Amino acid sequence: MSAILPPESRVWWKQPVDRVEGMWIALALIWSLIMFFMMPYWHVFGKQNLSNEAYRTTPEAFSAKAQAMVDQYTVRTETEQKIPVVRPPAGSDVYLISRLWQWWPILELEAGKSYRLHLTSMDYLHSFSLQPENLNLQVIPGYEGVVTITPTRAGKYSVVCNEYCGLGHHTMVSSLYVVNK
Amino acid sequence: MNTLFRTCPQSGLQFDKTAETLMKANAVAGVVFLLVGGILALLVTLTRWPAVHLLPADTFYMTLTAHGIDMLIFWIIFFEIAVLYFCSSTLLRCRLATPRLAWLAFALMLIGSVTANVAIFRGDSSVMMTSYAPMQAHPAFYLGLILFAVGALVSCFIFLGTLVIAKAENTYEGSIPLVTFGALTACIIAVFTIASGAIILIPTFLWSVGLISHIDPLMYKTVWWAFGHSSQQINVSAHVAVWYAIAAIAFGAKPMSEKVSRTAFLLYILFLQLASAHHLLTDPGISSEWKIFNTSYAMYLAVLASMVHGLTVPGSVEVAQRKKGFNKGLFEWLRKAPWGNPVFSGMFISLIGFGFLGGISGVMMGTEQLNLIVHNTLYVPGHFHATVVVGTTLAFMALTYFLIPVLFRREVILPGLAKWQPYLFGIGMGAFSLFMMGAGTLGVSRRHWDIAFAGSPMAYEYPATAYLLLGLMAVSGLVAMVGGAAYLLITVGSLLWGKKLEPVSYRKETVPLRLAPGAPAIEAHGGVGVGGFAAPGTFVLALVFLVSFVLYYFINWKYLSQTWGLS
Repeated sequence: MSAILPPESRVWWKQPVDRVEGMWIALALIWSLIMFFMMPYWHVFGKQNLSNEAYRTTPEAFSAKAQAMVDQYTVRTETEQKIPVVRPPAGSDVYLISRLWQWWPILELEAGKSYRLHLTSMDYLHSFSLQPENLNLQVIPGYEGVVTITPTRAGKYSVVCNEYCGLGHHTMVSSLYVVNK
Repeated sequence: MNTLFRTCPQSGLQFDKTAETLMKANAVAGVVFLLVGGILALLVTLTRWPAVHLLPADTFYMTLTAHGIDMLIFWIIFFEIAVLYFCSSTLLRCRLATPRLAWLAFALMLIGSVTANVAIFRGDSSVMMTSYAPMQAHPAFYLGLILFAVGALVSCFIFLGTLVIAKAENTYEGSIPLVTFGALTACIIAVFTIASGAIILIPTFLWSVGLISHIDPLMYKTVWWAFGHSSQQINVSAHVAVWYAIAAIAFGAKPMSEKVSRTAFLLYILFLQLASAHHLLTDPGISSEWKIFNTSYAMYLAVLASMVHGLTVPGSVEVAQRKKGFNKGLFEWLRKAPWGNPVFSGMFISLIGFGFLGGISGVMMGTEQLNLIVHNTLYVPGHFHATVVVGTTLAFMALTYFLIPVLFRREVILPGLAKWQPYLFGIGMGAFSLFMMGAGTLGVSRRHWDIAFAGSPMAYEYPATAYLLLGLMAVSGLVAMVGGAAYLLITVGSLLWGKKLEPVSYRKETVPLRLAPGAPAIEAHGGVGVGGFAAPGTFVLALVFLVSFVLYYFINWKYLSQTWGLS
């Protein structure tokens, strides 16, 4: 009689499906398939995809690579902590360290050029949140994720940590510059 | 053991005395955690309202940790155990399996939940609900969760045992009711969830006491979400079952098609849990193939199931209303629905809020590439406040108004306030979720004490709109909290001071459920409806939903296409 009682008829599965339900199931199924195929479609035709390139790493190994980049391409330093601002050549590998509670170093990139951005964490989980673009990438200690980024417009951007990483989480913010050649 | 039964004169439902007491105990424990979680919600909201910024940072992170766990785990699962006992012992009119073990399970859950809270409020376990390793909490934090999970697991098996007893003792004929089938779905998902929780929390506990040296952070995150996200899938199955139950209770509504609704639940069992991948979409070290298959519940088959439930629940109400004579036009059935009855209004707002706000936003951000523009922003809690609070919590609140007279044998106090409560809570919480999502699309982080980054030399300045949205979020949150407080006042007040209903006598025998002799002819819906559609109004509403869904989905692809290139 109702949903809180056993079905009236023992052979309830023989009841024909109403037209409303049949049409809705068909529409919903088509929509489900469209949404599913949008993801592989975007991998082929879209310009915003993750690379799937990742390595295991250690804080020491990653720091060494970041330090080498900083030694070679630092153009100036900022803030009282003298955080280096690094301007690596277009197309190169750039390394961004996240640690409690800092991004290091500051990157200066060229608009319209591509860079291989390497991200890892020295300690807890962090998350790379580029503002105001609002692009967000998880950063996990022990794993070095690589993604090729192509900045579109010149300007001053910020990198916010948006994965909770302890008491100083809300102080973990840095700058990122995009310049025209 | 002597089993005693009573029949409720109002509803005709039959209660086993021990099961009845256990349902009461679990429901009351749940409501106590809702109260605690609600007070914490107030503190969190007032801190994230930039104009107020109430708590200091350390207290805020501690409060947020406790709020998440008390609400998402303790309130909801305690209440769900009560629902499981109701859907087995009460709906199938049989005794509850192993009542003593059920009390042990309750005790474990209670000890576990108190232990976890003590650990958090000591101040050294502010690790958020997710407690991502290598961030470490006090061992008591993990131990509390493990004890709670063991208790909940035992309760799940008692539910399954009760189904076996009902079958063996022949207390019903034919198939189990649809609502019980929905509860069974929730139970199966719960067993999977709790097993995943054990697989990750036990080693993490051992790590926290120093017996294991290292927990791989990505492994932790992957397995933890099989527990963390799946526990929310228990809620989805449970509150969909509650929707069907309320449609049956308030309207005598019959499922439009048992076959369709049960198949939809079956799709939940098979595919719903894959959604834990939603939390791993921007993580390094996991392939796109894995992400796409899992995040889409294998081609969105669980979304299909939710869209089916979203149609068949109001559809069954429409058919029932049309049979009662509200058969004019498309929407007479809806206009003349009992909007002043909180059991119905709560259920209906829950359904609309879950579908339009929670469902659409969830699918959008669960899309592999679209996740890039919302991951870890305030959009995420915006989404799950629409699913878990407007969806699950409001559905459970609506059910409570039915349970107070039927289970607790008390009259609901303050009926005038009860009439408004679902609107205050549902609309307040719906607006709260929307404003949160809005702030998230502007990049505001979740779990963040100070979006002004006071004191940071490189502070980022969010647009003024973000501050406006956070203010609106807080005000809507306060409206919802008034609704939540009204619920707590009415519920607790009714149990303490509500007029007692006439006492009922207990007897030793169950009155089994029997099908009417001579199975009725299988037929369509008695000639109601318009143009060959039994529920045309619902179909129109469903099309409005689909159009909103499609538009919103593609708008976000448009946003994504305008950001930096990533490959």
